[in-house]
Amino acid sequence: MLADRDRIFTNLYGLHSPGLKAAQMRGAWDGTKFLLEKGRDWVINEMKASGLRGRGGAGFPTGLKWSFMPKQSDGRPHYLVVNADESEPGTCKDREIMRHDPHLLIEGCLIASFAMGAHACYIYIRGEYVREREALQRAVDEAYEARLVGKDNVHGWPFDIYVHHGAGAYICGEETALLESLEGKKGMPRLKPPFPANMGLYGCPTTVNNVESIAVAGTILRRGAAWFAGIGRPNNVGTKLFCVSGHVNTPCNVEEEMGITFRELIDRHCGGIRGGWDNLLCVIPGGSSVPLVPAHEIADAYMDFDTLRGLKSGLGTAAVIVMDKSTDIVRAIARLSYFYKHESCGQCTPCREGTGWMWRVLTRMAEGRAHKREIDMLLDVTYQVEGHTICALGDAAAWPVQGLIRHFRHEIEKRIDEYAANPADAGVRDPEMMAAE
Amino acid sequence: MSVRRLAAQEVQPASFAFTPENAEWAGRQIAKYPEGRQASAVIPLLWKAQEQSGGWVPEAAIRHIAGMLGMPYIRVLEVATFYTMFALEPVGEHFVQLCGTTPCMLRGAEALKKVCHDVIGPQKTVTADGKLSWLEVECLGACCNAPMVQIGYDYYEDLTPESFAALLDDLRAGRPVKPGPQNGRHASEPKDSVKTLTDPSLFDGSVVGSWRKRFEEEEAKAKADVSGQAATAAANPEPAKPEPTRAEAQKADSPAARVARGEQPTSGSARSDAGNAGSSEAATKPRGKTAATIDPVVSDDHKPTLMTAPKSGKGDDLGLIWGVGPKLVTMLNGMGIWHFDQIASWNEDNLRWVDQNLGAFRGRAVRDKWIDQAKKLATGWRPTSRVGDRFEG
Repeated sequence: MLADRDRIFTNLYGLHSPGLKAAQMRGAWDGTKFLLEKGRDWVINEMKASGLRGRGGAGFPTGLKWSFMPKQSDGRPHYLVVNADESEPGTCKDREIMRHDPHLLIEGCLIASFAMGAHACYIYIRGEYVREREALQRAVDEAYEARLVGKDNVHGWPFDIYVHHGAGAYICGEETALLESLEGKKGMPRLKPPFPANMGLYGCPTTVNNVESIAVAGTILRRGAAWFAGIGRPNNVGTKLFCVSGHVNTPCNVEEEMGITFRELIDRHCGGIRGGWDNLLCVIPGGSSVPLVPAHEIADAYMDFDTLRGLKSGLGTAAVIVMDKSTDIVRAIARLSYFYKHESCGQCTPCREGTGWMWRVLTRMAEGRAHKREIDMLLDVTYQVEGHTICALGDAAAWPVQGLIRHFRHEIEKRIDEYAANPADAGVRDPEMMAAE
Repeated sequence: MSVRRLAAQEVQPASFAFTPENAEWAGRQIAKYPEGRQASAVIPLLWKAQEQSGGWVPEAAIRHIAGMLGMPYIRVLEVATFYTMFALEPVGEHFVQLCGTTPCMLRGAEALKKVCHDVIGPQKTVTADGKLSWLEVECLGACCNAPMVQIGYDYYEDLTPESFAALLDDLRAGRPVKPGPQNGRHASEPKDSVKTLTDPSLFDGSVVGSWRKRFEEEEAKAKADVSGQAATAAANPEPAKPEPTRAEAQKADSPAARVARGEQPTSGSARSDAGNAGSSEAATKPRGKTAATIDPVVSDDHKPTLMTAPKSGKGDDLGLIWGVGPKLVTMLNGMGIWHFDQIASWNEDNLRWVDQNLGAFRGRAVRDKWIDQAKKLATGWRPTSRVGDRFEG
């Protein structure tokens, strides 16, 4: 188990004050000026050497992303945008950072902005997190008050930080949709290239990073890339916030080392699977967008990017959704399909039409009101959506369905058989869901 | 996508204007964005308008905001209909947004939906007393505290059908309620079994500054390096050169090289010494320069005969010596070395004197046995490749 002294988010549970004084006692804002004085290249090299991979889901190396920003400004300002639009079902880690450890985030914003030559940073927080936004704004005000940030701050890098918010659109978690939204438009993803590092917010070089990726920067620089890189497994290093939800005895957020096994994570922090390990059906290991993994494959798997990709799933945001054998797995995935149908921005036809189609078919399959040949047709449709859209929402909508068919085709077939044998007592199970269409 | 339309004309107010405080607040929001980018403030402003209009956005507010921000009406309408948190129809005083996505569904959101149906009625209808209305929404991002609802701006988490029904009852009756987890949890910690973040030293300020040791050590080491280089420079009038890398030092310290220098081929003590050199030792001695591993400084007594210009105006092609590239040729010519027979005539000490003056290439002359190579080349023999043949002699 990760030792307490190696944890970065020491106020994860909000048992201590989130205020500036208490945060400084826990080590935030400690020697930030000293770190900045080491220079921009040192910061970027240290972040690269730490092996930190972005915590927003894709796992792209953070230091590398920072280094994509132009070294010299061509007259356009540079921007840092922090993606706090945490909406991936299962994920609730950034919320805890923003309401309980906001100063780590603000300090990280300063360091990252310095490293990429940005003098302004926007934090885009999802609309639903009203209280979290207020907490974050309080912390920003405190930092301005103490001249830790601002035009004329003690760190000698003129820097303004603004809290912006959305209004309930999952798609705004996609970086270019987020930029569109920040510019006051509908959150519709942009085509890439041009990439945000060349043309992002207001047409200026911009880097978009997840809250967790930014918030760990200060501690990594203080304690050293070697310390961070020494935790976890090769290519999957560092500590990670895991959000465990679903059928465990004590669902919780916890910071653990990357590459902890699923079994250890659950037994140590979550009080075990509800009804014991034999009752485990499957797990969605990285937020709703990744395919599920059946019990026997996940139980002793390492929870890191590469292992889970090997299981045809992914670590994503490390939002672990656990399902025991009482779960109606077809309905659970159908509900996710409804989510994607609801959240599709409607820009690309395969996604706009495909998400609704997949949801309708899956809803029928959950009742058994389908033909077996439709399973293959459904699978075929997922492949026609996947990779044929501007952003990854199409992929994200297709993968859970592919995972379901890959591992639970027998379950769908069983329902179809049952319905065919006794069609009278099935009927429409969820009239409201049908009406919501 | 979901279809979202403005409320019917009958319920739309005729006009909308921000109250003076809200107008001032709006001005502050617009100031957050660069000149000419005031459209960025459209979401915060619509939000404020929703707040001021009792929880929903009337058409008049959309028009008003379009005017304020200099945006076409259709652009603001697009935004208002795209983002699902803008209610386009009147809602109850306490607007319940119930998370129904899979993580909450697994923990019992369906039972909460039933409570809503029983207590409030169908979705999107306001109770007769105007107090309550509800809507099933997508993931609200509090999955470790599922199932949960958002009422107004607050999250109510870890609900059961009973506690949820009681909560709705209290709200309707105007009794005070406590936001957050409803089962005694503080936030998203494992209920009653927090095993992490219990180390008191994390919170008493003892972590502050403890990380600086690393940088101080590095700095001390850097200082030792600088003083070590200064010592070398004092003993040697030639410009300071970069420290040899460990690989170079080891190659220079090969048994063959040692024999060439007239030393014992083995140097056990020296090797282990170099490996164990602690920071204190490094501070007093030039780093890695323990006596036996590095050549002693060769005095200028051993300087070979150098020439001011090549014989008959043209030097030999020194690049034919294996291991000598264009840079070294320039360097050698600069020192006054032009010919193979010149090098062939040196003794070992001459070679080492040249070697120590090769800057970053220090060690090459001895290692690549320039004398032997030059002797061969002086006979008129030529290698098959322009860069020379690897000399095995």
